[in-house]
Amino acid sequence: MKRFSAFNAVSLTLGFAFLYLPMLILVIYSFNSSKLVTVWAGFSTRWYGELLQNEAFLDAAWVTIRVAVVSSTIATVLGTMAALVLVRAGRFAGRTLFSGMIYAPLVMPEVITGLSLLLLFIGIGLDRGVLTIILAHTTFSMCYVSVVVSSRLVSFDRSLEEAALDLGCTPFQAFRLVTLPIIAPAVISGWLLAFTLSLDDLVIASFTAGPSATTLPIKIFSAVRLGVSPEINALSTIMIGIVTVGVITASLISKRATLRQQAEEQAAIRA
Amino acid sequence: MRRFALIAVPYAWLLALFLVPFLIVFKISLSDTAIAIPPYTPTLDISGGWAAIKGFLSELDFENFVWLTEDDLYWKAYLSSVRIALISTILTLLVGYPIAYAMARAAPEWRPTLLMLVILPFWTSFLIRVYAWMGILSNEGLLNAFLLWTGLISEPLTILNTNAAVYIGIVYTYLPFMILPIYSALEKMDDSLLEAAEDLGCSRMEAFWLVTIPLSKQGIIAGCFLVFIPVVGEFVIPSLLGGSGTLMIGKVLFEEFFNNRDWPVASAVAVILLLILIIPIILFQRNEQKAREAEG
Repeated sequence: MKRFSAFNAVSLTLGFAFLYLPMLILVIYSFNSSKLVTVWAGFSTRWYGELLQNEAFLDAAWVTIRVAVVSSTIATVLGTMAALVLVRAGRFAGRTLFSGMIYAPLVMPEVITGLSLLLLFIGIGLDRGVLTIILAHTTFSMCYVSVVVSSRLVSFDRSLEEAALDLGCTPFQAFRLVTLPIIAPAVISGWLLAFTLSLDDLVIASFTAGPSATTLPIKIFSAVRLGVSPEINALSTIMIGIVTVGVITASLISKRATLRQQAEEQAAIRA
Repeated sequence: MRRFALIAVPYAWLLALFLVPFLIVFKISLSDTAIAIPPYTPTLDISGGWAAIKGFLSELDFENFVWLTEDDLYWKAYLSSVRIALISTILTLLVGYPIAYAMARAAPEWRPTLLMLVILPFWTSFLIRVYAWMGILSNEGLLNAFLLWTGLISEPLTILNTNAAVYIGIVYTYLPFMILPIYSALEKMDDSLLEAAEDLGCSRMEAFWLVTIPLSKQGIIAGCFLVFIPVVGEFVIPSLLGGSGTLMIGKVLFEEFFNNRDWPVASAVAVILLLILIIPIILFQRNEQKAREAEG
């Protein structure tokens, strides 16, 4: 029997207070009517109104969302392929290099990744803009996708796919009808991870964005460098809200999907 | 054929957008700064044939690296980045371990919720999480207001724009990376081992040091690397929370590139940063490999 002591309760309480209080304070102060962000002067939604009239922020938000949707979708396709290679392809020439290139970007300092991609884009004469940010984001987020998907593929029962092949499926059909539905929760969480990484990225985007395209994190960074501003608090609150709703919904959906799939797998094995 | 395509597409992508860019960084780190577009020399013109390539190679040298060793700004920045990363890794471990430990001892039906509560901040923008501390730590900020109110201090403490703020920011943003691997190691632990240790005469504290800590070693190592490696190159936290005295190499590189537009020196800074990190990266991968083998 595990013992849950008073010490454990205190660590959890303090730990979660530490994790959540700063964000809670940020959210509360976004409704402060004072321009002075540290003095409470009454409830107001004024900063949300001003934010919605700030064209520069809206433009940047639109660029950021486009980049995130496109890059995370390409990254999911490439990352799933890479996961299949890592788990299934067996030995081939250059395998060590391949897995090195998958795992290295996960811990690589962003300044190095950003600098190297920028120098590449300049070297080949590609104008910096939305396209270069998409290429950069796809590259690092495909590695995250492949790590997420390969951890699901490892525990995947291959006999299900073999059964489909025995029953006359082509390998592609077997993948589409058997493997893909089973690994779908991992693929979806990989996409979500890639999407948030792209939304969130400041350093790599700073290197690869040109004057024609600015993302939201770049805009936020240049604004907060000058100090705390109530408009940024409002923007942060909106972003925290979206993420919270998104993560909770996604985890509920994926939990249900995983449970259903486990039941189906079990039923298939029994039958 | 199908297998070939499956391997070739992601492989080619990573070669073109991950490996080749590094080779370019390495090459430019050996070039000289020039007032031109692009701002370095020599540039390679393959149409010149073999002679052009030979001439190009002969113009590359390690001058930038020599320069980096001579200017002590860079040495200090590397050393101070490694020091800040080490100290903050230890602090994150000290804060994260009790949380992971408590999560692993919580009732099983609570664990998924606790896990989600740890992961949720990780999905929230990194930039926003760092920014949240700017309002709390400033001289007129909430922390000072609170401390003044309690009477613990009579004058506001200067925390923002010091290394203390950088440590707080790092521990805060990297905490989930420390908690998750330790939790997953502790969760698998069999509690009867602790009972056995206590039956054999260990005190609870001894049992913790002799059983729990060694069994969560892999998680501790993974967590420490996951914090240490990216923190060495951290840019956002020192720029927003640190002061002029906070010297970190990620910030130096960023400024060298954008403010001074010195590409060859920025590239040399990046190459050395990578050399410093290559050993921890390899050790980390080996630890992960070991963990995978132990599981499989």
